[in-house]
Amino acid sequence: MLLNIKDLHVSINGKEILKGFNLGVNKGEVHAIMGPNGTGKSTLAAAITGREGYEITQGEIEYKGKDIEDLSPDERANEGIFLSFQYPVEIPGVSMTNFMRTAINAQREYRGEESIPAGEFLKKMEEKKNLVDIHSKLTKRSVNEGFSGGEKKKNEIFQMAMLEPMLAILDETDSGLDIDALKVVARGVNALRSDENAFVIITHYQRLLDYIEPDFVHVMWDGRIVKSGGKRLALELEEKGYDWVKELY
Amino acid sequence: MLTIDKKYSKLESVLFDHYVANKNDLNSSCQPGVSDEREKAFNFFKETGLPVNKDEKWRNSLLPKHYGQSYTFDTSPVIYDKAAGEIFDCVIHGYSAHILPMLNGWYYSSSKESMQILEDGVIAGSILTAQKEYPELFEKHFGKIADFQKDGFTATNTALFRDGVFIYVPDNVIVKNAIQLLMMVNRDDRLLMNSRNLIILGKNSKLDFMHCDDSINHDSSFINTLTEIYLDENASLDLYKLQNINDETTLLNNTFIYQEKDSRSKVAVLTLNGGKIRNEIDVDLHGEGAESDLNGIYLMDKKQHVDNQVFVRHSVPNCYSNELFKGVLDDEASAIFNGHIYVAKDAQKTNAFQRNNNILMTPEASIDTMPFLEIYADDVKCSHGATVGQLDEDAMFYMMQRGISKQDARLLLMYAFASEVTSKISIDPLRISVEDMIKRRLRGELSICEKCVLHCSVPDKPIEFEIDMSKI
Amino acid sequence: MKDGKGKNGVLEEVTSGEYKYGFVTDIEMDMAPKGLNEDIIRFISSKKNEPDWMLELRLKAFRHWQKMKEPKWAHVKYPPIDFQDIIYYAAPKKKKQLESLNEVDPELLDTFNKLGISLEEQKMLAGVAVDAVIDSVSVKTTFQDTLAKHDIIFCSFSEAVQNHPELIKQYMGKAVPYTDNYYAALNTAVFSDGSFCYIPKDVRCPIELSTYFRINAANTGQFERTLIVAEEGSYVSYLEGCTAPQRDENQLHAAIVEIIAMDDAEVKYSTVQNWYPGDKNGKGGIYNFVTKRGLCKGRSSKISWTQVETGSAITWKYPSCFLMGDNSIGEFYSVAVTNNYQQADTGSKMVHIGKNTKSTIISKGISAGKSNNSYRGLVRISKKAANSRNFSQCDSLLLGDQCGAHTFPYIKTGNETSIVEHEATTSKISEDQLFYCRQRGINTEKAIGLIVNGYAKEVLNKLPMEFAVEAQKLLAITLEGSVG
Repeated sequence: MLLNIKDLHVSINGKEILKGFNLGVNKGEVHAIMGPNGTGKSTLAAAITGREGYEITQGEIEYKGKDIEDLSPDERANEGIFLSFQYPVEIPGVSMTNFMRTAINAQREYRGEESIPAGEFLKKMEEKKNLVDIHSKLTKRSVNEGFSGGEKKKNEIFQMAMLEPMLAILDETDSGLDIDALKVVARGVNALRSDENAFVIITHYQRLLDYIEPDFVHVMWDGRIVKSGGKRLALELEEKGYDWVKELY
Repeated sequence: MLTIDKKYSKLESVLFDHYVANKNDLNSSCQPGVSDEREKAFNFFKETGLPVNKDEKWRNSLLPKHYGQSYTFDTSPVIYDKAAGEIFDCVIHGYSAHILPMLNGWYYSSSKESMQILEDGVIAGSILTAQKEYPELFEKHFGKIADFQKDGFTATNTALFRDGVFIYVPDNVIVKNAIQLLMMVNRDDRLLMNSRNLIILGKNSKLDFMHCDDSINHDSSFINTLTEIYLDENASLDLYKLQNINDETTLLNNTFIYQEKDSRSKVAVLTLNGGKIRNEIDVDLHGEGAESDLNGIYLMDKKQHVDNQVFVRHSVPNCYSNELFKGVLDDEASAIFNGHIYVAKDAQKTNAFQRNNNILMTPEASIDTMPFLEIYADDVKCSHGATVGQLDEDAMFYMMQRGISKQDARLLLMYAFASEVTSKISIDPLRISVEDMIKRRLRGELSICEKCVLHCSVPDKPIEFEIDMSKI
Repeated sequence: MKDGKGKNGVLEEVTSGEYKYGFVTDIEMDMAPKGLNEDIIRFISSKKNEPDWMLELRLKAFRHWQKMKEPKWAHVKYPPIDFQDIIYYAAPKKKKQLESLNEVDPELLDTFNKLGISLEEQKMLAGVAVDAVIDSVSVKTTFQDTLAKHDIIFCSFSEAVQNHPELIKQYMGKAVPYTDNYYAALNTAVFSDGSFCYIPKDVRCPIELSTYFRINAANTGQFERTLIVAEEGSYVSYLEGCTAPQRDENQLHAAIVEIIAMDDAEVKYSTVQNWYPGDKNGKGGIYNFVTKRGLCKGRSSKISWTQVETGSAITWKYPSCFLMGDNSIGEFYSVAVTNNYQQADTGSKMVHIGKNTKSTIISKGISAGKSNNSYRGLVRISKKAANSRNFSQCDSLLLGDQCGAHTFPYIKTGNETSIVEHEATTSKISEDQLFYCRQRGINTEKAIGLIVNGYAKEVLNKLPMEFAVEAQKLLAITLEGSVG
């Protein structure tokens, strides 16, 4: 199993947000995690990626068969965990190109490989940019600075394509996207999907799942999964609304 | 008279000699503790003298250039038969405040009653009386908030003060109507006054306090006021300083505010007229959650000079301070602004902001602005900004294109410029009155008149800009 | 989250960078005895075979200096300097006149190689003329031929005193008179050497002129003097780079740089300063008290200062522009990084005298460790400087909770048609930015380097290309604690 979360309890400032969360993800699978606002979806993403301030009080996160609690965020990233942020931060003065090259070389260094040659890097950039319809000029700008909401999300998928993670977590990647941008994002994800990687798609709405077909759908409520099923569960949820979930709980 | 070698200016000699000659008289009405403070402060002054332009905080000040002047002192209060209101009629229209009158540096009361107990046990009156009648309250705070070693003026104030006001608000008391200190000067010789105020707010209490400095005549005097303010936990103070003195007078206003946990201070310094004014505000945010909002507007013309020195010390984490000072300088007026935010080591999660905006109207007007940040903690959000410029040309043109005369457009923009500060005044009648005064001031109608500077009790026709707003 | 090092651990590591350039070149020195008096000044002057008028100027400055007091207003603390415990003159012994790089002391060349700025490499690749100054005396100036073609004078100050006395007499002390301040007086009295640069009318200097200063002999005060004169319509870009070897004793450096720009002339002066900052415990390091001033004397002249300051134990430096000519322009772009126990009090002065003058100040301060980093600046608009403009932005970034970041701007405006704007912010490095970088696999050290470089980009962009690369590396080195 690629990711195995067992009875996970996570607190922020002493307040428990995740309350016994369980999830198993195998290579080649796409899991959708749905649920109303404030049920702990983003906390889950933060806990998996090792964000400071998210305290694991009980349970564990096993990735590639090992507990990752002691790994720093960058070590987790270099182990192949990628998060597409809900609100990507702007980093003024740091060009996308420089940023991506630093990230790729960090990954290579972690694996004991040589730095990427400039030519190869630029070729890869071109190739992946096309995948998500990113304009050349966007990568010359500073990281996320002055990007529109849609551009920021496309940029996240672009980075995912560059870094080729084993486990990609998409946190509300569909929020604030128009239908065209949504399609672009979905196309990117589908192109990257393989037997060797897995996706966890955190979303509030079902509509992204029209374009990225999940293998499993989980419904979250109050810090844990209250119902799991196939892709039809998403449709059911769309139809019945989240009040239905509360009843399940 | 002088016994040590230091070469004193005229003013320094006057202060020195006065203390030596009147030491017994000064101490006769004081508690022993105060006498000790006086002696220590005098010795400090003896060593240091008055501040000079070489001192960092006095670099550009015009005050030291006038140390060559001589002054007299009032060694006893003048007793009039009239009530204070008859001498000086200053009431904010549509608002009744409890007035504490001071005349020529002495607490003024025709009824000989120098101390009153107001509703809910609020004590207000002369500081001389307070030190005798409420020695515990007095001794707990007097001289503890202000450091007489700040400079020669705080030292001479401590050594030479004659009178001042004392206010105590007990715990949990919300004072409904504002208390207003009226500092009036009416003397035909050059008078130097050292007045000393102490204001204590108990836990969860609230007070609106107006500190008005007004001249009644045209003669020059020197007012050196030191106010100590203590805000206990969750206390809230709105302090309004209204300054409208004649062009000959020098006014030095030192205000020290010490804030405990969750207390709030809001200060508005409204300087509309004055020869040489220096306002020093020193806030120590000493308990977590304390907040201070410091605002000022200065509208100076002729050869007037105003100097605002605002120091905010964030001693502990999680405090907030905001400074906003704005000024319009006309004719040959000059202004200085020095804001200084100090964030102590470990005062994390500090939010401190500071802004100073100025408009120069003539080639002879000048402004020196020094917005300082001194920061020893890392988890802070601090910023400051300062601008010197003119009215927005684009806005001027926009209004003129809509048919507004250039003169009106200028007035309107200046009024808007000032209103960012005045809109923070939370006592409505006071705000209306101040805004009215600013309108007059901007139209050049407000100046020292025979009787009352403020015209506040004369609700003549409201001032309107003759602008048809519908055209905008 | 559990992190092997924890945030503080990483910060500590990041802020404990050791000086990379700590080595001593063993070249025979020709030294004056310790101390300062008129005899020492005569010794220096005679060593340099100076004309009488120069000796007179030195003595006048010395007598003035004796009457002055050491300035105390800067936001820095250091033990009192014993001015009698300093060697005021040290020169590499000249073996013979050098004609080519091959004749330069191999150890000296090696020194430059260690710094990554070998003369040969620079000569071939970058097309930069290097006037290499080792402890006060110019050893070799390259590219003289190219410059001679354009009648550009670029030589050591001593040579200029010998060969161009009329120019030195005319311009020396015009921007920084010896009466200006304590260290300016001291420098004028004892200055050892430096560079002189003269760009004739309408000449665009085809190459970037560069001087690498190194303070080398132990206990030697370094008193450089640079004078740049740009005649009408000329242009020059001048690079100054500094490193000093590691020593335990504090070393005093009090330099003067004067720039004079005539009508339509433009001078760009770039500095990368990484002198020894002292060790992790604040021991040793350079005291850098420098007076740099440019006169925009002519109409539409322009002087631009760009500095990246990562070194010195104490920095006290305010590159200034006096905008005398109408429409003249002054610029100041600065990145100052302090770490460990470093103290910097630096900024700029923009004095607007002519009409329609413009100035820009962009200052980025970065404090780490237990350091204190202050911006101090003056913008003065004189009465006659109608329609002048200044824009200043001073940002401070704090890394760790033991350091201080301070901003002391002074704005004096006496003209109603001018506009002055000053903005400043102070904040710590953003946790969100750090996490974003780390989520992409970039470790904390590298992430800080990346973010800090991004933060300083606006200033780094103003540097000439060769310098920009070096400056970026320096920023990373200063903060990373890794060597190379």
